[in-house]
Amino acid sequence: MTRAAPLLAVRQLRRHFPVRNAFGMLTGAIRALDDVTLDVRPGETLGIVGESGCGKSTLGKTLAGIHEPDAGQIVFEGEDISQLRGGARGSVTQRLQYIHQDSGNALDPRWKIGRSLDEPLAIHTNLTRAERGERVREILAAVGLPRGHLDLYPHEISGGQQRRVGLARILTLQPRLVILDEPTSGLDVSVQAMVLKLLRDLQERFELTYLFISHDLSVVRVMCDRVGVMYLGRFVELAATEDLFARPRHPYARSLLSAIPQIGGRRVTDTFALEGEPPNAAQLPSGCRFRPRCPLAAAVCEVREPELEPVGEGHSAACHFADGAGESR
Amino acid sequence: MTGSLLLEIDELRLGYETGRGVARVLDGVSLSIGRGRIMGLVGESGCGKTTLARAVLGILAANANIESGGIRFDGEDLLGMDRRRFQREIKGRRISFIPQDPYGAFNPLFRVGDQIMELMKWKSPRRAPGEKGLGALMTPYPRARKKADREEALRRLEEVQIPDPERAFGKLPGEFSGGQRQRLMIAMALMTEPDLIIADEPTTALDVTIQAQILKLIKGLGATHGVSVLLTTHDLGTAYEICDDITVMYAGQEVEIAPVETFFAQPRHPYTVRLLESLPAPGREIHEIAGEIPSLVEPPSGCRFHPRCERAKDVCRASRPPVSGALHRFRCFDPVPVPGDVEVPG
Repeated sequence: MTRAAPLLAVRQLRRHFPVRNAFGMLTGAIRALDDVTLDVRPGETLGIVGESGCGKSTLGKTLAGIHEPDAGQIVFEGEDISQLRGGARGSVTQRLQYIHQDSGNALDPRWKIGRSLDEPLAIHTNLTRAERGERVREILAAVGLPRGHLDLYPHEISGGQQRRVGLARILTLQPRLVILDEPTSGLDVSVQAMVLKLLRDLQERFELTYLFISHDLSVVRVMCDRVGVMYLGRFVELAATEDLFARPRHPYARSLLSAIPQIGGRRVTDTFALEGEPPNAAQLPSGCRFRPRCPLAAAVCEVREPELEPVGEGHSAACHFADGAGESR
Repeated sequence: MTGSLLLEIDELRLGYETGRGVARVLDGVSLSIGRGRIMGLVGESGCGKTTLARAVLGILAANANIESGGIRFDGEDLLGMDRRRFQREIKGRRISFIPQDPYGAFNPLFRVGDQIMELMKWKSPRRAPGEKGLGALMTPYPRARKKADREEALRRLEEVQIPDPERAFGKLPGEFSGGQRQRLMIAMALMTEPDLIIADEPTTALDVTIQAQILKLIKGLGATHGVSVLLTTHDLGTAYEICDDITVMYAGQEVEIAPVETFFAQPRHPYTVRLLESLPAPGREIHEIAGEIPSLVEPPSGCRFHPRCERAKDVCRASRPPVSGALHRFRCFDPVPVPGDVEVPG
């Protein structure tokens, strides 16, 4: 199963945002995605983690067609969709869905839940009204909401239920790949637990593949099969979740993992060592992007940017010293 | 003086006037903070933790109404205190504040140094009690004090590791990153030499590596300055990192208060137990808490957690449980037993 053809293959994807000065002249670019290459396998949950500004949301939005890539390929179900526009792209959208951070808030407050759920079907399919009604009721039951909710307005249901509706809205189109952009940020832990459980149930039931974008590593750890760590527009490490958490190879991934508070374990405030903050994405350092903050930085890091290379079975990292130098750190 | 307790909140009841009736957001909350201790106030949205913090700071919204109970700070009754004295000596001076959002807390149009000096003009510990003025615009800032205040401010900036404090004084807030701005906020909270700092979700808006740096800073500074901290957070991991004691609130009631190690090792209140179980952890199933947070306008009777509690009995619906325990306090008629330990109730 792991060797099946990827559902989504991303090759050298690039998305730069222009930076202009006060006179509107181009002065540089924020390299939000810099030649990103990635495979998403059918049925898996692939986590994308990183801090604000690392490009994880830009990746999700570019894959979903919200941003246009500057260069590179996005091959979805064997078809390059990076150049598709308009109606042709619209038909892909059905099978490749994107969910916003606050999917409940995306509901129209003046529409009843039933109408919100019907809308995507009316736009994307040729089903009759009765068939659409049938599909909506089926999905509503799948996300665990009573049928009576179809006649309520968004403000009449709780935040957790709004999220369920947001999910239901995506599922009515029977997508294959769902891009979840920070699906649990801003939620209380008990509601977060509900959402995570629901996401898992739905994945099993509808054979979904998830691209799970999050800054919360403890959530990613329980939800994802594989995890990619991004830093300033690039993947620095990509591995099976267990491998990554047990043996992170890239110094940035190591710092990131060591910053998660672990209840009952050692305290991060006693051990955490990484200094500084990510540099301005418009003015990247030469060579390796992590070099100015890296404890292992050497002369070679200044000259040559490391590529994402295999360091083990299904485990790759972009570091000149990923093979074990500095292992004692 | 009451020994080592700095802040004592006693059976505080507070309601917000709303269109649908009174929302009782604090329903008889009691807790106390010792000198130099960091108290974590945890709970989910709407549990009343921010309202409690605001009540202590005296910055409640206009429709809030304290119905009964008391807040004692360093042995003095805050609620009964003369308003002008409270403004001058307590609020923003002996009790200072670190906000949740370091982006919104500065005025983006004024230099950071000017904003710091504006704070020090009014809240400096060197301000003589007799120093008076004629309204905000006419009050002079004595030159000697201004110089001393400025030096003190620069020292604090250095302490929170702001590079080149002298230059930072002349920058606009927009020139600092979120993490740096939160460092500035911490420095400002320390400048007035407070006894108590109220930190409202200070790391929620920050990335995890920056969060670790900021938490380290708060913990370290709390210790070196001997300041007590009341830290509200919804993140139990944050609370574990830096708190000495933890209070859990649910729907306006405090349900459990314990020293940090005991809290995580031997939680007694069913809500605390469920809350800890709902945290994602490797190798464990995800547990949600069935049901939803109740309306505070028509809250459940007795223990407000009873509709969601599998241990609930008739007595839980009838009345709110009294406090059990001394060092480890919880309010439950049927607490979760601690393995291998038979505790005598009392």
